[in-house]
Amino acid sequence: MSNPLVDMQKPEVIFCIGTNMTECHPVAATGLKKAIANGAKLIVADPRRIGLAELSHLYLPLRVGSDTALLLGMAHVIAREGLIDEDFIQKRTTGFDEFFEHISQWTPEWAETITGVPAKDIETAAMWYGASKKAAIYYTLGITEHICGVENVQSLCNLALMTGNIGREGTGINPMRGQNNIQGAGDSGALPNNYPGFQSVTDPKHQEKFTAAYSREIELEKGMTKVTALELCGDSIHAMLIDGENTLLSDPDRKHCEHALRSLDHLVVIDIFLTETAELADVVLPATAWGETDGICTNTERRVQRMRAAVPPAGDAKPDWWIICEIAKRLGFEGFEFDAPKPIFNELCNLSPIYAGLDWDRIDNGVTETVNNQWPVPDKEHPGTPRLHEEEFVNGKGIFSNVHYRDPAETISDDFPVWLTTGRRLQSYHTRTQTGRAQGIDYLLPEESLEVNPADLIKWQLTDGEWCKMSSARGSINIKVKATNRSPRGTVFASFSFANVPVNQLTGSGYDPITHTAELKVCPVKLEPL
Amino acid sequence: MKSLTMTQRMYIDGIEVTFTEGETILEVAQQHQKEIPTLCYDPRLEPFGGCRLCIVALEGTRNPVAACTTKATPDMIVTTTTDTIETLRKTLLEMVISENREVDVHPLRGYASNELANLRDKYGIDGTRITGTTSGTNKPDDNPFILRDYELCISCYRCVRVCAEQEGDHAINVMNRGFHTQITTEFDGLLKDSACTFCGQCIQTCPTGALADKKALRSVDAVSDSPLDKTRTICPYCGVGCSVDILTTDDKIVGIHPAMDGPANQGALCVKGQFAFDFVQHPDRLKTPLIRDKGGKLQETTWDKALEKAADGFKSVYEKHGRHSIYGIASGRAPSEAAYLMQKFIRAGFGTNYIDNCSRA
Repeated sequence: MSNPLVDMQKPEVIFCIGTNMTECHPVAATGLKKAIANGAKLIVADPRRIGLAELSHLYLPLRVGSDTALLLGMAHVIAREGLIDEDFIQKRTTGFDEFFEHISQWTPEWAETITGVPAKDIETAAMWYGASKKAAIYYTLGITEHICGVENVQSLCNLALMTGNIGREGTGINPMRGQNNIQGAGDSGALPNNYPGFQSVTDPKHQEKFTAAYSREIELEKGMTKVTALELCGDSIHAMLIDGENTLLSDPDRKHCEHALRSLDHLVVIDIFLTETAELADVVLPATAWGETDGICTNTERRVQRMRAAVPPAGDAKPDWWIICEIAKRLGFEGFEFDAPKPIFNELCNLSPIYAGLDWDRIDNGVTETVNNQWPVPDKEHPGTPRLHEEEFVNGKGIFSNVHYRDPAETISDDFPVWLTTGRRLQSYHTRTQTGRAQGIDYLLPEESLEVNPADLIKWQLTDGEWCKMSSARGSINIKVKATNRSPRGTVFASFSFANVPVNQLTGSGYDPITHTAELKVCPVKLEPL
Repeated sequence: MKSLTMTQRMYIDGIEVTFTEGETILEVAQQHQKEIPTLCYDPRLEPFGGCRLCIVALEGTRNPVAACTTKATPDMIVTTTTDTIETLRKTLLEMVISENREVDVHPLRGYASNELANLRDKYGIDGTRITGTTSGTNKPDDNPFILRDYELCISCYRCVRVCAEQEGDHAINVMNRGFHTQITTEFDGLLKDSACTFCGQCIQTCPTGALADKKALRSVDAVSDSPLDKTRTICPYCGVGCSVDILTTDDKIVGIHPAMDGPANQGALCVKGQFAFDFVQHPDRLKTPLIRDKGGKLQETTWDKALEKAADGFKSVYEKHGRHSIYGIASGRAPSEAAYLMQKFIRAGFGTNYIDNCSRA
């Protein structure tokens, strides 16, 4: 997030797109509810009539995968109505003239034909967002899990740049991260293109730095993404070390994924349960869980925080760091002689400019009135950075992107006439390795169901509460039908949480060519009664 | 530019203190370490002025005023405790207590559940001077998380207000008035049929344990004599990074309290962070390393054998196919030390960038 969580109470106009925040980030959503109680206007763009839509002043029910078109239409209106921040554009951005010309063709009437959202509503959204000096954007995977995830994010940046709604309280572009340390995993360099602290691996300076630090020459080429690696299992990838990910259920196209992992000569999985993925491993190593592990994590607002062990490990389980060190030492690798997490985190801080002012003891002491520990923290005296881009952008000027709308990888057809979109629910988390084993959660959400608009039941001869067969180009699953107006006509929703309803057997139609993020939010399917 | 930030002067118990415009007498007094009793007060919520325990003497007014609802004004002269005020407070408490079935409740009922009991002890109330009928009717509710023991309710409305103001859910409200006041949901039904999201905030703000953590209470028998320990950490679920205190006794996790000073959540939690903690000590946990035997089955083994097999496998793949045949996937739920070492394992070990994390799924 460019802005801190406390800023969520501050905007005058809130634009939520592709985020089911009341279910997926409920505590963050309380901030927005307070802003609304204080008079803020909420615009929600989502194919489904989610909880946020019920709270909104303007709801834009766009067709799945049409976000870029909606955002181009909004940019067009903002420019047409003269709601741009000329001073900000001149001082802090580059490429506006070309962008201005580019968006002249993408009228709200055109956007209506793609998104299904009435042009006048697109205009209203644009006018509200554009006219406010305190407008903030919030998004989640509804923006990124598309073949055009990059264009979607760039389109949001365009809106913020043209209106100057960034770098100040109550503004910004704010992606909500979905796992308690997914931000920290990226910060720590577990990325094929970046060393720790987002230092590009293709920059010879960084290569030199890490080659010296690790006493091992590291190649200058980017690695492949996980998605590509899974594609190449059995061809060029023959061994994998997976730490705490139930790849088989969480990733798209389960059959392909299972085949990939089975093709490996050697699979080592570190986890706290024998997950569907761990069951395929040659070696399964039991890790200590949350509540048993000391360590550091980073939240969605870039705040680095301490996690503490409260109980001893289950059985012989060991911390992940210990397990990785022990494998490394047995392979003769140097630099893995750690006996505690503290020196590991401190080594990370020494190598990462955004963590340069941090160390284990500082994080252990927590935040105070003067220290917030939100990265970047460039030196020991620095309190941390709650708000990014206040004075300038990392790369100097904000760049406008002349994006084009693209259809999803697969669109509905006579064979697969219904849009399926996927996500999480409030009560279950991911593949339920954790929530599925928490007593009481079943009371609230005993099983998965497919949310279908009541009017569509007749069309597909389905019955509320009965099972149906849902098929895509990749496979079929059986799922119980639930009639609800949360789903618009022609679009259905299910979560990927339940192992007995493996929705990700169907998904996986395409990937964003740059980030390799799967288009989990769009999958044409057909529905048949059972 | 803002008058709100202007510093003013007033007097509390004869001492000159400063305050900022907009602050209440209670807030100013608390900043100066004055102990004023409260029951309906939660610093995160709008002042309510219901319990009247925070009454203070204010020069120039005939009757005491509620410190929580009265804004500080320049040159105000406040006395936080006098014999009359203490008598009034004690009487108020006695009346409140007389309506409750019991005052001593297990601290596992909730974060604030012992507030009434603590005040009773402070004022030395034995519950004999005022007696009478108890108020409030318990609501049977088969949900696994929230006990609705309204015989202990004192109508402070903290639950109603936290649900409305903090959560924005408005799932519960007040039915009837006076002695018959009852906290209820729409149509007096079960919580699961209301707008309740089971975030547990009502439990944690309740000052009497009328609303209680059913899940934590399951451990009461086991822990009745053991001390409760608290460990500050971060919730294991989404990326908001809410601070929580894990409640443990005899190495068992028995419950979760939200951290009221958590920088990301300021005391708020959701159903997962509040109640979905018991996966940690679930019988399904992996407790021993496993290796696949010749028959293709995973078998329990020692750490030494498992680590050796893990390392040997990477070694032989490396020797046969080279360093570009090995790939690492780091976790978004393990701490950063794990992710850091995963990338170091690949980069320092094989000299490639064949590393990713689970964020692309």
